[in-house]
Amino acid sequence: MKYIDEFQDPELARRLLDDIHATVTRPWALMEVCGGQTHSIIRHGIDQLLPKEVELIHGPGCPVCVTPLEVIDKALEIASRPEVIFCSFGDMLRVPGTGRDLFQVRGEGGDVRVVYSPLDALRIAQQNPDREVVFFGIGFETTAPPNAMTVHQARKLGIPNFSMLVSHVRVPPAIEAIMSSPSCRVQGFLAAGHVCSVMGVEEYPELAERFRVPIVVTGFEPLDILEGVRRAVRQLERGEHTVDNAYARAVRPEGNPAARAMLEDVFEATDRAWRGIGVIPDSGWRLSSKYRDHDAEHRFPVGGIRTAEPAECRSGEVLQGLLKPHECEAFGTLCTPRTPLGATMVSSEGACAAYYLYRRLDMPTTTAREASPVV
Amino acid sequence: MCLAVPGRVLDIEDRDGTRMATVDFGGVVKEVCLEYLPDLRVGEYAIVHVGFALQRLDEESARQTLELFAELGMLQEEFGDAWEMAAAEAGVDPVEEVRK
Ligand code: SF4
Repeated sequence: MKYIDEFQDPELARRLLDDIHATVTRPWALMEVCGGQTHSIIRHGIDQLLPKEVELIHGPGCPVCVTPLEVIDKALEIASRPEVIFCSFGDMLRVPGTGRDLFQVRGEGGDVRVVYSPLDALRIAQQNPDREVVFFGIGFETTAPPNAMTVHQARKLGIPNFSMLVSHVRVPPAIEAIMSSPSCRVQGFLAAGHVCSVMGVEEYPELAERFRVPIVVTGFEPLDILEGVRRAVRQLERGEHTVDNAYARAVRPEGNPAARAMLEDVFEATDRAWRGIGVIPDSGWRLSSKYRDHDAEHRFPVGGIRTAEPAECRSGEVLQGLLKPHECEAFGTLCTPRTPLGATMVSSEGACAAYYLYRRLDMPTTTAREASPVV
Repeated sequence: MCLAVPGRVLDIEDRDGTRMATVDFGGVVKEVCLEYLPDLRVGEYAIVHVGFALQRLDEESARQTLELFAELGMLQEEFGDAWEMAAAEAGVDPVEEVRK
């Protein structure tokens, strides 16, 4: 147990681990949905502390990683226009589009700015009435409410030069797609805590029932993750499949009702392509017709942009838990954070980056599996 | 970017009809919108994501999470200079890049 002394409360960690060891009688595969959880797991060696029967599979929960190449290309096109100030979160700068990224667009003279909050982009629009200000609105259910509020404010305050390139994704349809795949090995989920802080847990019981899969809402700290694993394994050993909230200090069953109401108003469900995975029905949000004036895809001629994914990057399989990052041939050679082939190597929450960062090249390779697409 | 970070409310004011707060994230101070948690008070902790408070959190949990994120380098990613980090990753001289 080489890492356990680094835990916040090593004694409690040991007790949780002992309990998991005592409970497990056969192999189980659990998927942690969120990239933040993946980093915590790899950094603290949690996967190595667990009994060999419990396998943690990394899920698709990194917004930067799943944003499709096509959307990145649309962003690059818009950001290159002389009249545009293009605002983005910092972690989108180096996500490769076709041939270049936002960082290079700025090098070529594009006005690309990094903001901490979408409201900062709105302020830039107010200060630059003669320019078009476009905000790159990506992310899961945690990021969607801030972006929704910003579009709502733009409309309320009448800021005509502000628009958003929206590519939001939702977790429950991804869980559904993963469980529906014939090559799926996932038997339990550690759901993403902060997504549930917004959305609550109401979307999950139906999924748990339909796929007979336990879903445990889990936080990010090592002890949270151990507790999530412990509860999921208990259910599996007992043949149960319910929704369990192991992150109650930050997740209420109803989530954040004000945020959910704003999401309802500003967005509508749409089919979305996930990078490396393909189109998942109803898995995303776009601006509803009421907010069309602030939709960058209506304002700029990018509708015709269609891009195929590069073949050499296997992030689609990584994101579905079919392949571990270090099993990709390009890992650490052709593909590094400096020369990324896929977003999973760029993003601070990407699984490939987590493996690269914490140097897990020495890990045993799991037996190769036949991968078939999720959808 | 998807990670939400706990912070402590330092003060609250109404700005153009929007409830805003200054929030301390273990030393980094940012403007945060409270429209989704309108009854949050000065001194309380909340989970904040891209400038919006999304859910209340108790002090003990907030502190522990902040420590963890600092240790994982995630606070640096959230609040650090994104251009500098991107330049370093791209192998470009960050000082040159920042001057642009
Ligand atoms: S290591 Fe690089 S090429 Fe391989 S799956 Fe990850 S991002 Fe794609």
